[in-house]
Amino acid sequence: METYSLLRQFADSWMLLALFTFFVVMILWVMFRPGASKTYRDVANIPFRHEDKPAPANTTGGEKEA
Amino acid sequence: MGNYIKLVVLALIALFALIATNYARDLAYMVNALTVALVAGGLFIWTLRKTGEPATTADLSGEYMDGVVRAGVIATSLWGVVGFLVGVTIAFQLAFPALNFEWAQGYANFGRLRPLHTSAVIFAFGGNALIATSFYVVQRTSAARLWGGNLAWFVFWGFQLVIVLAATGYLLGATQSKEYAEPEWYVDWWLTIVWVAYLAVFVGTLVKRKEPHIYVANWFYLSFIITVAMLHVVNNLSIPVSMFGSKSVQVFSGVQDAMTQWWYGHNAVGFFLTAGFLGMMYYFIPKQAERPVFSYKLSIIHFWALIFIYIWAGPHHLHYTALPDWASTLGMVFSIVLWMPSWGGMINGLMTLSGAWDKLRTDPIIRMMVISVGFYGMSTFEGPMMSIRAVNSLSHYTDWTIGHVHSGALGWNGMITFGALYFLVPKLWNREGLYSLRLVSWHFWLATIGIILYAASMWVTGIMEGLMWREVDANGFLVNSFADTVSAKFPMYVVRGLGGTLFLTGAIIMCYNLWMTVKRSPAVEATNQVVPAE
Repeated sequence: METYSLLRQFADSWMLLALFTFFVVMILWVMFRPGASKTYRDVANIPFRHEDKPAPANTTGGEKEA
Repeated sequence: MGNYIKLVVLALIALFALIATNYARDLAYMVNALTVALVAGGLFIWTLRKTGEPATTADLSGEYMDGVVRAGVIATSLWGVVGFLVGVTIAFQLAFPALNFEWAQGYANFGRLRPLHTSAVIFAFGGNALIATSFYVVQRTSAARLWGGNLAWFVFWGFQLVIVLAATGYLLGATQSKEYAEPEWYVDWWLTIVWVAYLAVFVGTLVKRKEPHIYVANWFYLSFIITVAMLHVVNNLSIPVSMFGSKSVQVFSGVQDAMTQWWYGHNAVGFFLTAGFLGMMYYFIPKQAERPVFSYKLSIIHFWALIFIYIWAGPHHLHYTALPDWASTLGMVFSIVLWMPSWGGMINGLMTLSGAWDKLRTDPIIRMMVISVGFYGMSTFEGPMMSIRAVNSLSHYTDWTIGHVHSGALGWNGMITFGALYFLVPKLWNREGLYSLRLVSWHFWLATIGIILYAASMWVTGIMEGLMWREVDANGFLVNSFADTVSAKFPMYVVRGLGGTLFLTGAIIMCYNLWMTVKRSPAVEATNQVVPAE
């Protein structure tokens, strides 16, 4: 089989399935993961946390600061 | 030690550039080589003067790197005015051909100035806005200083060099004739180096972030940087005819080349002018409205849907060509599907103001951001419609396309950038606020009316010429010659030029306002400083 047909067949079958599955799982993950709403409510506020200077060197995570 | 290596490298570059100037086979290459020699020589002297000075090693990790963002804001404003000015010039050249002056033939006629305009507004104005805002946003949302020290400055100045080389090259005739990818091979190579450095600075900052989560604006910026790198490299696969000339030959040919070009061209719209600017939207609109984005879940779905779908839309530029039908149908279908994530994003941006709609009355900056999202929604509705084969048979090759592009570029990209600049300048220069909100309102109305004049006149003239081209008489003969449409378009061309003039005037008012903000506005105490030792 020449390269074009081989790639075309792969693209039309397994690759399409893989991309579509990734997409659907992403939506399910974002919408229905337990605790997702709480997490996203928190991270949506990231722009309001470190306006003026970086976080000090010894901290990790934004939740403690806010 | 580092300085000595730098001196050797700079000296070699300057030497080679001078040799290249001497052997140059065409004028554009000679001027570009001379520019490179001057830049390398200047940097050599600059480096030499500070070699041997005791190195200062202050700990800067306690403050954000804002100098490069300030430079980016200045560059964005200035290149914006230059790009708009060239745009107004060529608009009037189309209306009044006498403005293609005889003494400037071959340098400043429409054909030479047109790529100068598109590259200046997309890459010089838009690109600098993207680089500056991405550096600002990634630091604030990662709570970390930019990675790589002065590498960010290399990105900034390297990108300005790309602009200067490309612009002088266009005027002197160096082009590979690919729309939005006109620069010749050596400029492409240099841009690749600069872009890899940009990616390194951005990802390096993300890697050392203090926030565990990567904020959604950074996802959009990152997809823009990575995709543009991929598009740029593949679309510019060409072999130089000579090391000492600007001419190169494309590796692809025929319909493959056309498909690669529009895969690049449409994703330049999708990832440069959309994904990157959506990164701006997801940071600056919440900041200016002082409330988090309407739905963070929707923003993630917006991101994945947009990047999954945009990449396939390119073939709609090649309806009724040698491209196979299935490919152009694929492009058309994906363009129509794209309507959903685009409007999801628009709704997300607009609804961020829910509960704060009163700000529209009092805050001209938020008004600018909101109208930009409105234009985003309008042009992402118009685009899919124009990608439908039957509609495209009317709209293609007409000024409707130009109107569509400008409602997106002036309305969406321009307005969100102006909003971001008005937000950034007081912050970056530690000012209480802008010099004048009245001038912002003036800018808002001049720009909005300018865009409306532009888009409306191009709709009228585009549909008119599309209908005139396809009109046949009872015997099946074409009724109009091409020149008939040209003379029929004259009034709309003048209106378009006026719209552009209003938009340009608004941008000049903005530059004055920002300048006076830095000069005159009362200062506030800087908060972005080295943390005192405790």
